[in-house]
Amino acid sequence: MNRALRKFLDTLHPFFAKGGALEKYYVLYEALDTFLYSPADVTPAAPHIRDALDLKRVMAFVWLAVLPCMLMACWNTGYQANLAIEQLALEGQTGWRGWLLDYVSWLGVYNAANPLGCFIHGMMFFLPIYIVTLMAGGLWEVLFAAVRNHEVNEGFFVTSILFSLILPATTPLWQVALGISFGVVIAKEVFGGTGKNFLNPALAGRAFLYFAYPASQSGDAVWTAVDGFSGATPLAVAAQDGLQAVHASGIQWWHAFVGIMPGSLGETSALACVLGGVFLIFTGIASFRIILGCVVGLILTSVLFNYLGSDTNPMFAMPWYWHLVLGGFAFGAIFMATDPVSSSMTDTGRWIFGGLIGFLTVVVRVINPAYPEGVMLAILITNVFAPLIDHFVIRANIKRRERRSAVNA
Amino acid sequence: MEAYLSLFLRAVFVENLALSFFLGMCTFLAISKKIETALGLGIAVLLVQVITVPVNNLIFQYLLKDGALAWAGLPDVDLSFLGLISYIGVIAAIVQILEMIIDRYFPKLYNALGVFLPLITVNCAILGGSLFMVERDYNFAESVVYGVGSGFGWALAITALAGIREKLKYSDVPDGLQGLGITFITVGLMSMAFMLFSGIQL
Repeated sequence: MNRALRKFLDTLHPFFAKGGALEKYYVLYEALDTFLYSPADVTPAAPHIRDALDLKRVMAFVWLAVLPCMLMACWNTGYQANLAIEQLALEGQTGWRGWLLDYVSWLGVYNAANPLGCFIHGMMFFLPIYIVTLMAGGLWEVLFAAVRNHEVNEGFFVTSILFSLILPATTPLWQVALGISFGVVIAKEVFGGTGKNFLNPALAGRAFLYFAYPASQSGDAVWTAVDGFSGATPLAVAAQDGLQAVHASGIQWWHAFVGIMPGSLGETSALACVLGGVFLIFTGIASFRIILGCVVGLILTSVLFNYLGSDTNPMFAMPWYWHLVLGGFAFGAIFMATDPVSSSMTDTGRWIFGGLIGFLTVVVRVINPAYPEGVMLAILITNVFAPLIDHFVIRANIKRRERRSAVNA
Repeated sequence: MEAYLSLFLRAVFVENLALSFFLGMCTFLAISKKIETALGLGIAVLLVQVITVPVNNLIFQYLLKDGALAWAGLPDVDLSFLGLISYIGVIAAIVQILEMIIDRYFPKLYNALGVFLPLITVNCAILGGSLFMVERDYNFAESVVYGVGSGFGWALAITALAGIREKLKYSDVPDGLQGLGITFITVGLMSMAFMLFSGIQL
């Protein structure tokens, strides 16, 4: 099988190579070939570095690490929808999703107690979003690659899966296409593609949608995939009436940790994120300094707010272990903040970078009533300051070494 | 105290002169290629802002405002039509003094800033700061806080932009967008990120 595939690709090669009939589409061939096999290219002159972990493998690993979140996204979306359907005593979903789900209704797709049914139900929401993201974003990616003669990068696979997971399940599909187009074109491709941007493209696309179409990206009606059902995320409930109200709605800490609560598709489960995070740290792809920095920043800031206290704002009293599991913090800290392109590059800088994200997240959650959740914009603004952080870390290092050499001399 | 902190945060982030009012764009875009220079210019603008906004506040409150001359026995005189010319005069004088000081003590920065240092005189961020102060009728303490906040916000924005532009040296921008085009897109994306603080309340 393996050999036949390689042979097939090799027979195709002349068509796409220089002078071949399909020369213009070489990027597509190259993308497929290097997705399946390590490229055979070697550097013509020294220095030579051998490393099995090239960019493509890195991106594929991130995709694997997001897998638990994806599975949780499907199940939780279906589960929340089924609960809402039960509560509103509806027949089922409407539109084409309802039509499709009727075919497989014998699997128990409307039964909240049936994990497989919930999973299939949720897939009806996750898959269209993911497919549209891949198609719309992929189109731009290939277009830019073909016109500008660079490779189609696996970076886009990561961007697309992360982007689909941070959207609410009810996002209209045209908005999905618009958001990923903004993310890929304006936040990445105009700077030259993967590795040359300064903002996280997935988050930039999400933020664009958030400001352009607030009605379908925030509020109480968008989190559960059932028409006419209004349910706030636990974080919004906590901002409104405090943690007691979250407890009263039946959500305990472990619910939030496992991710059984309304929220954007893939962000609810801290557990799934941690699984992915362990894998990423173990393979050396994500920087543990950034993740730990985020967590430490978040804990310190929330403890500070606990200590300050407030009579009117219940968020001041929220303990740090709740901050950790609510909203998109786990997802943002593990998958978004660690983006090696848009984060800080120096080790000290990474601690500062992470700490700043944790700090800003809590600040926005507690004292900015405009947004219940602050992770997305906290990461974006820290992306903006990342090069500056690096600059000053390097300056400080140079100064330290100068002083040391002056002492020795 | 909380009111001042809130005013400061608003001036730095929510109402950032560069990123939400797009004031002082000419220098913002022109002097943001290197972090060191941008930082120097940012500090210069901050200094000018810290001095001019309170000074103009005093002029406005005790000379120009309708009825402000009551202390001189002229309660019916309204000199607010002299506002623009007085503020710009104060700004020009402060900038002149600052220029001499920088020339004397930081010649390297003086050379790097070049023509843009005297141009701070007509930097819309500076005059904008004074006019916002008048429009919102700040008292003296508020004007000090606003001067520090708005100047600091502008300095922060230009330094961050310079950081990004130094990083963008390694990017591969399409021909048509090189130079100013990509800088405008960068600034737009930055101002989206700065929306983080909009709506903040203390």
